[in-house]
Amino acid sequence: MDPEPKKPEDSPSNSANSHTPVQPPSPFPDEVLEKVLSFIDSHKDRSSVSLVRKDWYNAERWTRSKLFIGNCYSVSPEIVARRFPRIKSITLKGKPRFSDFNMLPRDWGANVHSWLVMFAKVYPFLEELRLKRMTVTDESLELLAKSFSGFKSLSLSSCDGFTDIGLKAIASHCRNLTELDIQDSVTEDVGGGWLSCFPENFASLEVLNFASLNSEVSFDDLERLVSRCKSLRVLKVNESITLDQLQRLLVHAPQLLELGTGSFLQELTPRQYEDIESAFSNCKNLQILSGLWEANSLYLPVLYGACAGLTFLNLSDAPLQSGEFAKLLAHCPNLRRLWVVDTVEDKGLEAVGSSCPLLEELRVFPADPYDRHHRDGVTELGFLAVSRGCRNLHYVLYFCRRMTNAAVVTIVQNCPDFTHFRLCIMTPGQPDYLTNDPMDEAFAAVVKTCTKLKRLSVSGLLTDLTFEFIGKYAKNLETLSVAFAGNSDWGMQCVLEGCPKLRKLEIRDSPFGNAALLSGLKKYEMMRSLWMSDCNVTMKGCRLLAREMPRLNVEVIMDEESDESQADKVYVYRSVAGPRRDAPPFVLTL
Amino acid sequence: MASSASADCVTPNGSGLKERNYLGLSDCSSVDSSAVSVPEETKSNLNLKATELTLGLPGSQSPERELDFTLQSSSKFDEKQLFPLIPSKDGICSLTQKAVVSGNKRGFADTVNGFSESKSTNWMFNAAGCDSGQPKLAGNAGINGMLSNRPSGAQPSIKTEVPAKTSKECNNKMNGSNTNSSPAAKAQVVGWPPIRSFRKNSLATTSKNNDEVDGKPSPGALFVKVSMDGAPYLRKVDLRTYSTYQELSSALEKMFSCFTLGQCGPQGVQRREVLSESKLRDLLHGSEYVLTYEDKDGDWMLVGDVPWEMFISSCKRLKIMKGSDAIGLGPWRNPRTNTSSPMWVIAFCSHGWERNDPEDEQESR
Repeated sequence: MDPEPKKPEDSPSNSANSHTPVQPPSPFPDEVLEKVLSFIDSHKDRSSVSLVRKDWYNAERWTRSKLFIGNCYSVSPEIVARRFPRIKSITLKGKPRFSDFNMLPRDWGANVHSWLVMFAKVYPFLEELRLKRMTVTDESLELLAKSFSGFKSLSLSSCDGFTDIGLKAIASHCRNLTELDIQDSVTEDVGGGWLSCFPENFASLEVLNFASLNSEVSFDDLERLVSRCKSLRVLKVNESITLDQLQRLLVHAPQLLELGTGSFLQELTPRQYEDIESAFSNCKNLQILSGLWEANSLYLPVLYGACAGLTFLNLSDAPLQSGEFAKLLAHCPNLRRLWVVDTVEDKGLEAVGSSCPLLEELRVFPADPYDRHHRDGVTELGFLAVSRGCRNLHYVLYFCRRMTNAAVVTIVQNCPDFTHFRLCIMTPGQPDYLTNDPMDEAFAAVVKTCTKLKRLSVSGLLTDLTFEFIGKYAKNLETLSVAFAGNSDWGMQCVLEGCPKLRKLEIRDSPFGNAALLSGLKKYEMMRSLWMSDCNVTMKGCRLLAREMPRLNVEVIMDEESDESQADKVYVYRSVAGPRRDAPPFVLTL
Repeated sequence: MASSASADCVTPNGSGLKERNYLGLSDCSSVDSSAVSVPEETKSNLNLKATELTLGLPGSQSPERELDFTLQSSSKFDEKQLFPLIPSKDGICSLTQKAVVSGNKRGFADTVNGFSESKSTNWMFNAAGCDSGQPKLAGNAGINGMLSNRPSGAQPSIKTEVPAKTSKECNNKMNGSNTNSSPAAKAQVVGWPPIRSFRKNSLATTSKNNDEVDGKPSPGALFVKVSMDGAPYLRKVDLRTYSTYQELSSALEKMFSCFTLGQCGPQGVQRREVLSESKLRDLLHGSEYVLTYEDKDGDWMLVGDVPWEMFISSCKRLKIMKGSDAIGLGPWRNPRTNTSSPMWVIAFCSHGWERNDPEDEQESR
């Protein structure tokens, strides 16, 4: 959300000003107002507060300590610095989501450095920085490490651009660090030397996650670090840590709430096996478990003692077969969230249905996304089985190779409370495999039945009818992802004219053109962003949009070979900061 | 199987003829070399524009692409489906002894059946067409030779159902019972399925054998755009994930099959009207699509002319064109001299297949 009000002209304080020279006195003294407002955390609520009247706007800005910026280009560091003087925690998100799938060229942007420069000047007491899909260089990390003496918490999710040099700076200089959380980080090898840079007396760490960094770290230094950080509650190591090493770590940190193991593939002596088994059993507080690389049926049982309290089991790095998976699940009756690989197949999902009645979230990832090995994966049957046994299901991400309309209709009847329904039928444009009909009926059922639906990803063969239904029924929908779907502009128009709460729309490879793009003129200012790639939009359409809506940034990403008139990749977002000043040459702002 | 270069199949008449996938390029050359000199009559079936080709026939037709081709005339040339988007069962479904009949789209196998030539190449496209008076192996071999540069598509064994009209006995070696048995290499579209790069692919062999590591294109990835006439949007494929033309073609065929549905009605895809697998094949079979590519010099060429490695190093982008637009693309390799000439034409016509009249062929022998 932007820190700025969306429509300043509608703000009552402004209109009050234009009619009366002086606002009526506030019923409360400022201090009272500020005290009250200091209890409001949600940035959405704070946005609303700031729109009430001018003194509320001011009180709000002085009391806001946590900043959330959903699109780093929607506002500039200067504007933020002017408005909010006392920020301690910042969340910044950068690239559009499709960058996760390599659809954005390198060096597109979202570099955090200019933000850090501003933060260093204006917020010396900054404690927390959470970045998502941003480019973070070593230089930036060094600046961060040296500029904020009280810095506590760094979270980098899907970020790139740094190496262990930057991490070394963090480890060496952030004396009060409580959290270092690196998730889903990308690309190059980040060396492991940084872990050894924590000073000997450094003991404040509560969260350490380096699971996605693939270099070896010094186990000795890690062990020492873990043993002195008595408040450690989250530890996620990378694959270089072996099972017996893990055992030693667990002995030092039985209080862990969240554990990400290292590699589970190791030959253990019976003694080692016993040791690790008892180490796990001593972890009485464990709620979240992940990692488990190369886990197999031989060693999975060592976990059983720790599973009773598990609420989140993340097996997305551990492709299991249905048998060993079912056995493990039998020990996890309290699961609320489960991530698995489709090697467990429908049979495994049947076990989910029967063992995990409290399940709320299921994500099934494909072991073989490019279908090189022609494995079965999961089908509509597995999904059905889960829906029958897990009536509280409200979040699903499901990759499959076949689906039927009838199955989806039944699934949402079983679980009408879906808030997030992300179905990915992996072959583009694939119909219902039994009837050969388009999958329109399935998604129609989803939007009609699941009134709380906030996020939807569609797939399979879809006509405009799907989008008519979405536009008509999905009243709470905030995020919609479309790929290889639809027949004509009409489909996208239906969505833009319906869906009152739509915030993010991302479309690829669908036959929507300028008419569709332009039908959303009024809507885009109320949304965070629109992404359209490989659709039928032309430069002409984009220019028209840019001309009509000056507060939108309309950016076209050019390919070397692309036709001059086609707009292959279009990214539209609202902004109070004007066009990007750091756009690379292949990004045209119209 | 799809990745193997050849598909051996046995003709129904047990003549022992083996059909090889044209895309086994080694077979090409052997075919070429074994090609008997191309009889004059054969050439008339080719739509030749290039004057330097000394092929000619009395009464050879002008190279207009007659889309509705009237056939049966021996001097009518054939238009072959250069790059059918589906493995042409026609080609495979070979009729035992059809001689090459002019103007008929038929599997190449048809034309070679009954000939003593040991190898006939399995043509993706319907290699009909030597003129009617062409029963001889030589003629066919010649066609082989001539057509050897034409790209071939997927393995016959990939698709199994044969559309009714290609009914001469579809003695298919096509064992295919899986209608949708996936080709070995699925076309890889950038960013699809939407899996994050870091997410490790658990199948170790996959990540080792392929350029795509962890779902991310490796530095060696070679993405080119693929467009198709009439399709609303482009795709991109990584050429390095394929090792033969036939893998590429089957992958593309899968990728673009959803577009050809648009052919089925005046307004494109009708709601609720989704083609069944066999109908789809019929459609594609009856369409005229050729696969072309733009090379480094900016010329548009027919896919299949050059060895695979050379192709991927020079291909900048791909286009699935209507055959009628493909006129004028070359080069064409002169079977006699085995040299390429840069400009000329093969016109292909996909009609007339069902008009192939056995009697004519008998007669033409």
